[in-house]
Amino acid sequence: MRFLLDPQQRAFADSLDAMLTAADTPSVVRDWSRGDHGGGRALWSRIAKVGVFALAVPEAYEGMGPHPVELAVGFVELGRHAVPGPLVETVAAAALLAGLADPLPAGRLLPSLASGEASATLALDGAYALDGDAATTRLALAAGGLRLAPGHGPVRASLDPARRLTPLAPGGELLSTAPPVAHALVWARLATAAQALGVGLALLDRTVAYVRQRTQFGVPVGSFQAVKHRLADAKIALEFARPLLFGAALTMAPADVAAAKVTACEAAYATARTALQLHGAIGYTAEYDLSLWLAKARALRTAWGTPAECRAEVLSGGARRR
Amino acid sequence: MDLTLSPADEAFRAEARTWLAAHVPRTPLPSLETEEGFAAHRVWEAELAADRWSVVSWPRVYGGRDAGIVRWLVFEEEYYAAGAPGRVGQNGINLLAPTLFDHGTERQRARILPSMASGEVVWAQAWSEPEAGSDLASLTSRAVRTDGGWLLSGQKTWSSRAAFADRAFGLFRSEPGTSRPHQGLTYLMFDLRAPGVTVRPIGRLDGRPAFAEVFLDEVFVPDEDVIGEPGGGWRVAMSTAGNERGLTLRSPGRFLAAADRLEALWRSRADPSDTALRDRVADAVIGARAYQLFTYANASRFLDGAAVGPEASLNKVFWSEYDIALHETALDLLGPDGESADTDWSEGYVFSLAGPIYAGTNEIQRDIIAERLLGLPKGRR
Ligand SMILES: Cc1cc2nc3c(=O)[nH]c(=O)nc-3n(C[C@H](O)[C@H](O)[C@H](O)COP(=O)(O)OP(=O)(O)OC[C@H]3O[C@@H](n4cnc5c(N)ncnc54)[C@H](O)[C@@H]3O)c2cc1C
Repeated sequence: MRFLLDPQQRAFADSLDAMLTAADTPSVVRDWSRGDHGGGRALWSRIAKVGVFALAVPEAYEGMGPHPVELAVGFVELGRHAVPGPLVETVAAAALLAGLADPLPAGRLLPSLASGEASATLALDGAYALDGDAATTRLALAAGGLRLAPGHGPVRASLDPARRLTPLAPGGELLSTAPPVAHALVWARLATAAQALGVGLALLDRTVAYVRQRTQFGVPVGSFQAVKHRLADAKIALEFARPLLFGAALTMAPADVAAAKVTACEAAYATARTALQLHGAIGYTAEYDLSLWLAKARALRTAWGTPAECRAEVLSGGARRR
Repeated sequence: MDLTLSPADEAFRAEARTWLAAHVPRTPLPSLETEEGFAAHRVWEAELAADRWSVVSWPRVYGGRDAGIVRWLVFEEEYYAAGAPGRVGQNGINLLAPTLFDHGTERQRARILPSMASGEVVWAQAWSEPEAGSDLASLTSRAVRTDGGWLLSGQKTWSSRAAFADRAFGLFRSEPGTSRPHQGLTYLMFDLRAPGVTVRPIGRLDGRPAFAEVFLDEVFVPDEDVIGEPGGGWRVAMSTAGNERGLTLRSPGRFLAAADRLEALWRSRADPSDTALRDRVADAVIGARAYQLFTYANASRFLDGAAVGPEASLNKVFWSEYDIALHETALDLLGPDGESADTDWSEGYVFSLAGPIYAGTNEIQRDIIAERLLGLPKGRR
C-alpha cells in the first residue's frame, strides 16, 4: 500500500508542466479557437513525443500502454495548461480501436495516434464530435457500429471557444459492428476527470495569486475572510477529487471512474465560479486569460457523462464490500 | 502507486473481522450519551481490551498491538463494517494518549495508558470555557502553585461526556499577565471527582447529557499530573489538536460503513423516479470513497516521514460536512419516519450536527487552509 505518485510519475508531470509553460498555451488556445490549428498541431506533436498518447495505446500497436495512472498524471497537466484539441477523444478512440475483435483497424490507425502524427475525434450516436475540423481520424459510433466518417459538417460554437463542435458526415467505412463502447467510455471519463482536475487547479492557483496582489480598502482582497473561505472550499473540493482520480486509474472500474469524473468536474466548475467572482470584472472578460479555463470547466462538466449519468453509474453496481 | 495490502495486513484484517464477528453485541447498546449507555460502552471497551483490540496502534506494553497506520485504518474499516459500538474512550485515546506519547514522561504513560486502554478510566477534554471558544488562548481558568502541585480554579464547559467520565485534561493559566495570551498556560490532568470539582451535565440538542460544565474551586493536582513544562501548555495542546483534526478523530471506516448502510436503505425503499435523492445517495457513496483514498494518501505520506500539518484542516471540514449531508439524506429517504427520534439514523444525525462546531469550528479551519495552505495574508482574528 503506497497511494502516492512515485518519483518517476512526478518527474513526468514536471517535464510536461515545464514544456507546456514554455509553450505559451494561451496564445495557442486563442488561435485554435479561430480555426488556426498550426500552433496547436505543433504542440500536439510535442505532447505526443513526451508519450502522453502512447500511454493509451497498447505496445502491440507501437504504444507504451495501457497506463491509466500515468495517463491521468499527463492529463492533469494538459488541463492545467488549457491545452486545446481532441485530447480526450484521441484517448477514447485508442481504447475503442485497441478493444476491437478485428486487429486490422487498430494496426492501421493506432501507431499514428500513439506517435502524434494523427489525432482522433469520436461522435456518439450522431452527437457533435469535438474538433472534427482538426482531427485526422474521425470515428462515428452508432447503433449500426463504428464507422470511419468521411468528413465533417460546419463548426458550431461551444461555450468554450477552444472546443469546436462538428457533426460528422454520414456513411464511411464500417470498422466494427460490436465496438467496446463501455470500455472506451471509461477511458474518456478518466481522461476528462484528469483534465478537469488540472483546469480546477489552474483556476485556484491563478485566483490565489490574483487576490494576493489586488488591493482594495488598502489591503489585499485575499485578506478578507469571505474571500479566503471560498478559496478554502475550492481547495477542499479539488484535494478530495485528486485521490478519487488516481484510485479510479488504479481500478478502472466504471463506477470508480464515474465517481472521479463527476467529482473532479464539479470541483473544477465550483472553482471556476469562485475564480470568476474573486477576480471581479476583469475575470468576466474574454481578453483576460482566466476565461480560457473558466470556459473549459463548464464544458467538461457535461462532456462524456453528465453529473447525473455518472452518479447513476456509481450506484449501478449493487452492494459492495470494500 | 498502489492500494493493495500486504498479505500480513490482509491477515490482520481477517483476524479483526473474525474477532468482531464473534464479539460485537447483537443488539445495539443504549445511547452513549446516557448514564446507562455510558456504562454499557465501558463494558464493551473492557471486552475489546481483553483481546488487545481497544488501542491497536499503541505499543504492546500499554495494551496495543503496535499496528502501523495502515493497519489502524484497516481495523477501523472492519470495526464499523461490523456495526460495532461507538467508542466511549475516544477523547482519551485520540487526544490525551498522543499527547502523552509526544510530551509525557515514561512514568505518566505507564500510570495512565493501561487503564485508559481498558476503559477503566474514561477521560474528558476540558479545554473550552464560557468566554474562550474559538479563541481558546483567551482562557482564564487558573492553576496556582502550591506545595507539591497546583490548585485549579475556574470554569470549563462543553466537555463531552464529562458528566459520566472519570478524569479530565485541560489547559490552565499558570502565569497571569504574560504579554501574549498563549504564553503561561499549563497542561494538566485532574480527577472529575476530586474535592472542589462540580460537574453539571448539559443537554445537547436532543436533551441528552452529552456534555457538561465543570466548575473548579481550588482543586489540588499533584506535579506528576502536569504534561510537559509548566507554562508551555499551548504547544502541547496544539499537538493534540493536530491529532484531533487530522487522522485519528474520524476514520474513513466509519463513513464507509455509514455510506453502505445508506445505499442499502436507498435500495430497499427509494422511489426510483426520485433522481434528486439518488444523486445525494451517490454523493454519499463517492464522498466515503474520497475520504478513504485521501486518508490512504496521507497515510502514505506519513510513512514517508511527513508530519500532520495544516492539511488536517482539509480533513476536518470535509468529514464534518459530509457527515451531516449523509444523515440528512438518510432522514429524507425515511420520509415521514425520518422525524422519529428512535431510528438508527436519528442519533447519528443529531451527533453529526455538531461536527462543524467542535474540534475547531469550520470557519477557523477555513482560515487555516487559506492562510497556511494557500498562503493568503493573515486577516484580523
Ligand atoms: C458536541 C460538542 C462537543 C464538544 N466537546 C468539547 C469537549 O469535549 N471539550 C472541550 O473543551 N470543548 C468541547 N466542545 C466545545 C468546542 O470546542 C467549541 O464549541 C468550539 O471551539 C467553538 O467555540 P464556541 O462554541 O465558544 O463558539 P465561538 O468561538 O463563540 O464561535 C461562534 C461562531 O463564531 C465563529 N467565529 C469565531 N471566531 C471566528 C473567526 N475568527 N472568524 C470567523 N468566524 C469566527 C465560529 O466559527 C462560530 O460559528 C464541544 C462542542 C460541541 C458542540
